[in-house]
Amino acid sequence: MNIVNRRLDLYALTWRLPIILWQLVFFVGPVVFMVAMSFFVVRNYRMMEAFEFANWERMLTRGFFWDSYWYTLFVASLSATIAMCVAFPAAWALAFRASESVRRWAIFLLVIPFFTSYLVRTFSWYVILAESGVLNAMLGYIGLGPFRMLNTHFGTIVGYLTLTLPLVVILQTVSMANIDKTLVEAARNLGCKPLATIWRVVLPLSKTGFIVAALFCFILAFGDFVAPFYLGGSQEPTLPILILDTTKSGQQWPRAAVVAIMMMLTLFTIAFTAIALAYRKPKGARA
Amino acid sequence: MAIKDKTTIKHYVRRDVLRLGGGVALSAPFVGRAWAQTTEINMLAWYGHGEPDMVGAFEEANNVKFVPKYYAGGDNMLALIAQSPPGTYDIILSDGEFVQQLNAAGYIEELDANDYPFDDMLHEDFTKFPGHWEGDTLYSMILRGGHLGVSYNTTAMSAEEAASYEGFWKPELAGKVGHFDWHLPSLGMMSLKNGNGAGLWDLTDDQWQAVQDVTMTLRPQVGGFFDYGGTFNSLKNGEMLAMCGIGDWITGVLERDGAPVASVIPKEGGIQFTESYCIGKNSSKADLVKSFIQYMMSPEGQVKSAQMLAYPGFCVTKAGRALLQEVDPAEAKRSHQMDGMPNDPIALINEGRIHYRDIPKQQTLEDWNDFWSEYKNA
Repeated sequence: MNIVNRRLDLYALTWRLPIILWQLVFFVGPVVFMVAMSFFVVRNYRMMEAFEFANWERMLTRGFFWDSYWYTLFVASLSATIAMCVAFPAAWALAFRASESVRRWAIFLLVIPFFTSYLVRTFSWYVILAESGVLNAMLGYIGLGPFRMLNTHFGTIVGYLTLTLPLVVILQTVSMANIDKTLVEAARNLGCKPLATIWRVVLPLSKTGFIVAALFCFILAFGDFVAPFYLGGSQEPTLPILILDTTKSGQQWPRAAVVAIMMMLTLFTIAFTAIALAYRKPKGARA
Repeated sequence: MAIKDKTTIKHYVRRDVLRLGGGVALSAPFVGRAWAQTTEINMLAWYGHGEPDMVGAFEEANNVKFVPKYYAGGDNMLALIAQSPPGTYDIILSDGEFVQQLNAAGYIEELDANDYPFDDMLHEDFTKFPGHWEGDTLYSMILRGGHLGVSYNTTAMSAEEAASYEGFWKPELAGKVGHFDWHLPSLGMMSLKNGNGAGLWDLTDDQWQAVQDVTMTLRPQVGGFFDYGGTFNSLKNGEMLAMCGIGDWITGVLERDGAPVASVIPKEGGIQFTESYCIGKNSSKADLVKSFIQYMMSPEGQVKSAQMLAYPGFCVTKAGRALLQEVDPAEAKRSHQMDGMPNDPIALINEGRIHYRDIPKQQTLEDWNDFWSEYKNA
């Protein structure tokens, strides 16, 4: 029996090994190097190995770092919240109202934007959001505007949603489509109002999928450089923009590494908290 | 019949493949030799300098192929060289102010001044350009320059308003002033606005603080910070009506397309960017690179540089300027490269209104960058 188990373990290990190696080489290795690099120093534009806390001290004591940090946290949270709210009606309709065939087509169509480069999709917003763009021209017909949308926080959020909204709709749809519909019908038959049904039946049953969707949205927005730079006009700068600025002047890769590590720590904390929340059993649930 | 046809096709394909394979095998040495004759020249430069409009004619005439690696900013250039083995780059196009550091680090070869047209320079400064010489030894050959000042949309700002950096504070431009996202030219302009003149890079602590203070007062006017593409787009689509930190190198391209934009050197003075060629240390193609630099310093090369598609720059030789006026008078006129024209780049230098771009003398680049980050966050 032990021999069989050992064979099974070897078999499993054979399949697991590539991903373990991949993670070691392309994730753990670079992270370890990045942490080490944050203690290096730059002299004459050349990075020198050292173990000094100067980079940490310099970055963490600067007001602009914390301004960027809190702004990035805020704007990524806001984008996740908006994406979750905007996606929900569409996902609800696809999960509960649409036929199987319509749902399949809708998911296929939601995947199509990913066929095009995100940068191209972002630049296409220039035509729509510019003061002389399509949206302002349409608003002009009803006597509104022109409104300034490019190079604003609004522009940044539009860019984030371009990146994340299709994914959030798909994740929400899939998690709600897997709910046993008879439970929803039972709630309605027992007199539960639509909003209460969503709150007390649908959301608890699709909690994991929803939290994962919001988490993905947050992670993608938190680390995105393109939207805040090209649609937000780099004001205020988010942490990815700060990384670029730091490397541009004096080639301060070690200081940029400090910013990157702070981003990773934040994402790890939020991701683990979210996952714990997603899989937490409700009070009174049977083990 | 069908089987026969099939067989015929099979035989035909096999024979054809054999014939083709044999042909390829026999001709391979000749193909290899033909390829071997094309010499690759590795170039490190700002975007556009290795494109066909600049190097195509030389490539064709000399059977060489330029392999450009583009950078953005002098420190980026230094870092790329520092991280590469010696001899990686055969030719380096450097900003004038960074040549001294290239030389100090031993990244570039000496040049022979007799190889280049120093007797034909449009301005005396170009013959002994700061940092390009160490004693009597030449290390870099000045190729071209461009002036940075107030860039603006001519429908939103008058030439009189643009004649001073004060124009950026015009109330009607609130939220419509953009910055090229590099601290050096923008803060240099703020230093000029504060009256630091020729000492714009050599600021005492008090002067540096005053530059920071005045820059902060501009923040409410600012609508964004842009890279090359963003600067270009925002001026073109009217999102930004004035731009700090650039000059004709961007508005010139838009002007050629008919956009209502212009750049002027304000009364407080302007900044000159200077681009110069260096031969990379230990380059095995130094002779070819020397020929290329000579070609670019010839009247024909100078015209190519002035007409460069990515961004224009003015000629530094008399013969180059004369040929430009002859073959492309429209561009010569647009870029004021004509004697007696207002804003003639050479006349501006003579009048003492132009200051060569440099790096901070009493602060570090990181100090300036830290303030730039604070400013962007304000």
